[in-house]
Amino acid sequence: MKVKVLSRNPDDYVRETKYDIQRVPRNYDPSLHPFEVSREYTRALNATKLERVFAKPFLASLDGHRDGVNCMAKHSTSLSSLLSGSCDGELKIWNLTKRECVRTLQAHEGFVRGIVVRFCGTSFFTVGDDKTIKQWKMQCPGYGEEEEPLNTILGKTVFTGLDHHRTEGVFATCGQQVDIWDEQRSSPIRSFTWGVDSFSSVRFNPVETDLLASCASDRSIVLYDMREATPLKKVVMTMRSNTLSWNPMEAYHFTCANEDYNLYTYDMRNLEQPLLVHMDHVSAVLDIDFSPTGKEFVSASFDKTIRIFPKDGGHSREVYHTKRMQHVICVKWSADNKYILSGSDEMNIRLWKANASEKLGVVGHREKAATNYNQKLKEKFQHHPQIKRIARHRHLPKTVYHQSKEIRVMREARRRKEKNVRKHSKPGSVPVATEREKHVVTVVK
Amino acid sequence: MGKIMKKKVDKIKANKEEDIGVFTAVPEAVRYDDDVEEEDFDPQLSADEVEAEEEDDERKRNKLVQAISSMGKGRKSSRLEERSEAALIVSEFGVNSVGESGKVELSDLIPSATKKAQKQIETLKRGRRTLETPLSRQETERIHRDVAFQKVSEEVSKWKSVIKQNQRSEQLVFPLNQEPSGPKAIEHVVTGWKSQTPLEQEIFALLNANKQPIHNPVLTPAEEESIKAMSLVEAKIRRAELQKARAIQSYYESKTRRERKIKSKKYHKVHNKAKRKEFLKQFDEMVKTNPEAALEELKKLELGRMKERMSLKHQNSGKWAKSKVIMAKYDEDARKAMQQQLEINKELTQKVVTALNNDEEEEEEKEEEVLPDFANDAEQAGDSTNPWMRGKLTEEERENKEVSEMPVETVVIEEESEEEEVNEDEVLLKEFENKRQRRREAENKTDEQDEEQEDEDEEDGMAEEELSKFMSMIRGLSRKPEVEIIADNSTPLEEGLSRIQTMEDAENLQDAEMPESDVVEVVPQEEHTGIAPAKKAKKRKRNIELKQVLTKESKVVTVPLKVTTEEAEDEDLEEEIDQRGLIREAFAGDDVVSDFLKEKRNQENAGKPKSVNLTLPGWGEWGGLGLMPSRKKRKKFRVKAAPAAPRRDAKLPEVIMSEHRDKSIALHQVNSLPFPFDNHIQFESSIRCPMGRTWNSEKTVQKVTQPRVVTQLGAIIEPMGREEFKKVPQANQKAQTPTVTNQRNGQPERRHKHVQKRKKHK
Repeated sequence: MKVKVLSRNPDDYVRETKYDIQRVPRNYDPSLHPFEVSREYTRALNATKLERVFAKPFLASLDGHRDGVNCMAKHSTSLSSLLSGSCDGELKIWNLTKRECVRTLQAHEGFVRGIVVRFCGTSFFTVGDDKTIKQWKMQCPGYGEEEEPLNTILGKTVFTGLDHHRTEGVFATCGQQVDIWDEQRSSPIRSFTWGVDSFSSVRFNPVETDLLASCASDRSIVLYDMREATPLKKVVMTMRSNTLSWNPMEAYHFTCANEDYNLYTYDMRNLEQPLLVHMDHVSAVLDIDFSPTGKEFVSASFDKTIRIFPKDGGHSREVYHTKRMQHVICVKWSADNKYILSGSDEMNIRLWKANASEKLGVVGHREKAATNYNQKLKEKFQHHPQIKRIARHRHLPKTVYHQSKEIRVMREARRRKEKNVRKHSKPGSVPVATEREKHVVTVVK
Repeated sequence: MGKIMKKKVDKIKANKEEDIGVFTAVPEAVRYDDDVEEEDFDPQLSADEVEAEEEDDERKRNKLVQAISSMGKGRKSSRLEERSEAALIVSEFGVNSVGESGKVELSDLIPSATKKAQKQIETLKRGRRTLETPLSRQETERIHRDVAFQKVSEEVSKWKSVIKQNQRSEQLVFPLNQEPSGPKAIEHVVTGWKSQTPLEQEIFALLNANKQPIHNPVLTPAEEESIKAMSLVEAKIRRAELQKARAIQSYYESKTRRERKIKSKKYHKVHNKAKRKEFLKQFDEMVKTNPEAALEELKKLELGRMKERMSLKHQNSGKWAKSKVIMAKYDEDARKAMQQQLEINKELTQKVVTALNNDEEEEEEKEEEVLPDFANDAEQAGDSTNPWMRGKLTEEERENKEVSEMPVETVVIEEESEEEEVNEDEVLLKEFENKRQRRREAENKTDEQDEEQEDEDEEDGMAEEELSKFMSMIRGLSRKPEVEIIADNSTPLEEGLSRIQTMEDAENLQDAEMPESDVVEVVPQEEHTGIAPAKKAKKRKRNIELKQVLTKESKVVTVPLKVTTEEAEDEDLEEEIDQRGLIREAFAGDDVVSDFLKEKRNQENAGKPKSVNLTLPGWGEWGGLGLMPSRKKRKKFRVKAAPAAPRRDAKLPEVIMSEHRDKSIALHQVNSLPFPFDNHIQFESSIRCPMGRTWNSEKTVQKVTQPRVVTQLGAIIEPMGREEFKKVPQANQKAQTPTVTNQRNGQPERRHKHVQKRKKHK
C-alpha cells in the first residue's frame, strides 16, 4: 500500500538566519476578512483618540531674558541655535538641544528691533532703537576679549526691521523708509519711500531673492524689487499689517499678519484680493512664520496663543497656549520642520512641537508604518462626526474662549445687519461682498 | 587750451555748413574783437589734433605780427573787411551784409531747392507748436512702477509650473535638492576621476589613441552602437514572448508526459478515439478544401502501410512476442496482447480507401452503407436484449475502424516535430506575432473588445491600482484647479474649556451631544448620479404591481398529499376539502392584503410633514367661548409644510421601509457631502476600499499610506532654489510661460492702438 505523506519544501518555511522575518502566508480573499469599513472606522477612531491623548506639544521654556522677547532669529546653518533679542537691548544665543543660553550680549540701548543671521552663519546683524545697525560675529569672543560688534552703522532714523538677502551680501532695513544696504558700505545703496512715514517689517523673498515686501503703518503692504529704483506696487488694507512672511516653496505667495485678528494670503501678482483669509485669532496677530516645507504657517497673537494654519485653510489646525504665556510677540518655525519657537512678553522663549502628538526621537520601521497607516485612516474618516468631534477638540483658556464666542456673535450680527440693509434697499445697490473682498481698500500702482 | 580746442571744433562745424552754401567771397584772414582768442587757421590742418602743437607756434607768431600791425588803428575799422575774392575758407563771420536789405531768408540760402523742399520749409515755418510739458514726477514714477511690476510678475510666474507640480505630487521629500541615497553608478564615480601621475597620463594617452573608453568605462564605442541599434522595448517584448512561448511549450510537454504516464487503457482508448475523430474531421474538410494536401496525407498513409508491410514489427517474431507465445497457453492476458498486436498489423497493412484514390470502391462501399453498421453488429452480438451491450459493441467496432488512421497521424506529427525542433523559437515567435496581429485587427474593429482585453490584462493588479487610483483621485480633487482661488476645506476647531487627557475624555466627547447641524437628515442625492435614471427604468419594469397581483384570485396549488393510510383512500378527497375549509374558516376575518396596505398608508401619513396652524382667536375678530376663527383667517395663518421627499418604498408596493432615522447609527454617519467629492457615490467608494494590510498586499499598503510630506531628521530645509526649474519637464514649462507673456504683453499694445484710432477720429 502506498502511503501518501504531506510534504513541504523546507525552502518555503525555513529561515536562513534567525534574524530573517518569518514568512507569513496570507490569504487576501475578501470573504475571509469581512466588515472592512467598520473595522477601519474603529481603528481610525482609536487613532484619533490616541492622537488627542498624546498631544503634548509643549517641550521647554527658555528663560533668561530680563525683559520681553521682542525678536528672534533662526541660525541659517545650525538647527540647534537660536538668537533672541529682548526689549532691554539684550541679545541671547541659545542652544536648543541643551536648552540653555550660550551667550549674552548687550546689543543695543532700548529695544532690539531685529536680528538676522547672515546666510553663511558666521555673523549676524541687529538693529535697535538706538538707530544703529550692528554686525556681530557668531563665535563667542575669546577669553579676555570684549563683546564688540564687527561693524556698526549709525543711521539717521530708528530701524524697526531687518532682513538679509539669501545669497548675497545685501540686507534690508526698514524704519522711515526701506533701505537696501551693501555689507561693505556704511550708507544704503538704495532707499525706497512711497509717501509713508514708517514701516514695521521688511522681508526678502526667499525664492525670487531680489524681491522684498514690507508692511507700512499706513495699513499698506508694499512690494519692491531690489534692482529697480522704485517700489512695485502696494495694497492698502482696512487695518495695519504687522508682519508678513513669504512662502519658501511658492515664489509668489505671502501671508501677512494683520491687526484685525486675521491673516491674509496674497498672490503678489494679484493684490486686488487676498487668496485666503485665515481667521481664528481673537486679538491682533503680531508675527507669522512659514514652515520650511511651505505647507503650513504659525502665527503669534496678542491673545496669548499660537496657532498653526494650513497654507490653504481658513481655520487653524492647532492652537497652543499655556497658563503663563503672555502676549506672544515673535514666533519661528524651525528649519527642520519639527519645532516651533515662540517668544513672549513675559520674557520666556518656548519650544513646541510642530505636530502635537508626534513622537520625538528615532522611530522604528514598524512604528513608522503604523503611524502612517493611522494618519491615513484619520484622513479617510475625518468627515465622520464622531471622529471629527474628537480630532478637532481643543482646550482654550477661558478668556480666549469667551472672546471667540463674542467675536462670532458680532460677526453674525454684522452679517445679519448687512442682510437686512440689502433686503430693504434697491436691489443691486448693496452688493454681496465676500470675506476676501472686504479687507482690501485699494491697490496703488 | 581746452577752451581753444573747443572753439576749433565749433569752427569746423560752422565751416562745413557754409561749404554747402554758395558763398564765393571769403576773407583771407579773420579777426576777432577779442585779441586773445583771435586766430587764423587752416581747417584741414586743424582737423588733426596731432598737428595742433605745430600750429600753436605759428599762431603765436601771427598774433604778434597782427598785434603790431593793428597798433594805432581804430577798432571799428578793423572789424569788418569787404570780401573781394573767392576762397576756400569760409567763415560765418565773413558774411558781408553791406548793401543788403538786412534779413536773410531761408529760401534765399537754398535757391536751388526744389519746390517740394520749399513747401516743406513753409509748412515747417507755419507749424511751430510748443513742445508738450514733460510728465509730472508722480506720473513718471507710476509708469516706472507699473513697468517694473509687470516685469517682476512675469518673472515670478515662471515658478508656476514648479509650484503646480509640487501641489500635484503625491509625496514631497524635503530637503528638496537631496542627492539620491545608495551606491552611485560606476560611470558617475569614474568620470570625476582624472589622471594625475605621468604614468597614468601615458596610459590614458594610449587608451585614447586606441579609442578605448575612458569616461564611460563600461562600454566601448562599438558596444554602445550595438546598444543603440537594439531598442530596449523591442528586446523586452521579444524576451517576454520567448518566455511565454517556452512556458507554454513546457506546459504542453509536461501535459503530454503526464498523459503518457497514465496507465489506464480505457483512458487511452477514449483519448485516441477522440484524436482519431478529430483527424478524420480534419481530413474530410481537407478533402473538400484542399484536395492536394489531402492526397499528400494519403500518400503518407500509404507510405506508413508500406513500411509496416516491410517490417516485422507487429508480427509475432520479436523477442517479446515469442515469450508471449510461450505464455499464451496459460495466460489470458498474453493471448490478448498477441491478438492486439496482430490486429494492429492488420490495420496498418490494410489499404486505405477514400473518395480521392478510388471511385469504384466507393460505390461498393455505398451499398454497404445503406444499413448502419451497428444494425448487423448488434445482432451478431450475444445478448440482443441488453441495450447496454449493444451500444458497447458498436463503439468497439468504430474504434477498430479508427485505429487504422491513428498511426498515420502519429507519423505526420513526428515528421513535423522534427522540423519544429530545428527552429522552434522562430515558429513560436511567428505564432505570437500572428496572434498579436489578430489582436491588433480586433482592436481596430471594436473598442469594446479592446476594453475587455485590457480588463483581462489588468485583472491581476486591479485591486492595487484601484486603491492607489482612488487615493490619487481624492488628492486631485482636493487640489485647487487654479492658484487664484484657494478652496478653504478646513473647518474651525471645536474649541472648549475641557482638555482631552485620557481615552475616557475622548470617549466622553464622543458621547456628548452632537451639534444641531449634525442631525440634519440626509437626502439621497440621486440627481447627481448619471446612472440612477437608467436603473430606475429597469426597476420599474421589474416591479410587480401589488394591487394587480394581490387583488387577483390566487391559484390553489394542489399538492398531492402523502397518503397516510391506505385504508382511508375513499375518505381522502373529503378530508382534503375539509382541511381547506378549515383553513379558510380559521382565517376568515383576516384580510391580510388590505391590512398591509392600510398599515403602509398610515406610515406614509405619519411621515408626512404637517402644516402648522398659527391662527390666534380674537385677533381682528370677536372672540369668546364657542367662537371659531373665520375660515379666511384660518386659511391665511396656515403654514403649509414643504412636500416631503419621496419615500424609499414609494415604488415598492409590497414593502414598507421605515423612514425612521436610527439615532445610534446616525451618530456615526456623515451628514453632508465633504468638500472634495462631487457626489455621494464617490465618497462612499472612497470609504469602502480598505487600506490596511489585512486586505492589501504589503506593497499596496506602503503605497497607499505613504505620507504626503517626508522630512529628514535633523536636516535643514532650504527654500526652493533655481535648481527646481530643471526638475520640471521642459515641455511643461514651455507650454506655460509663453501664454503668460502673451497675456501681459498683448493687452497694453492693443490699448495703444485703440487710443491712436480714437485720436484720428477726432
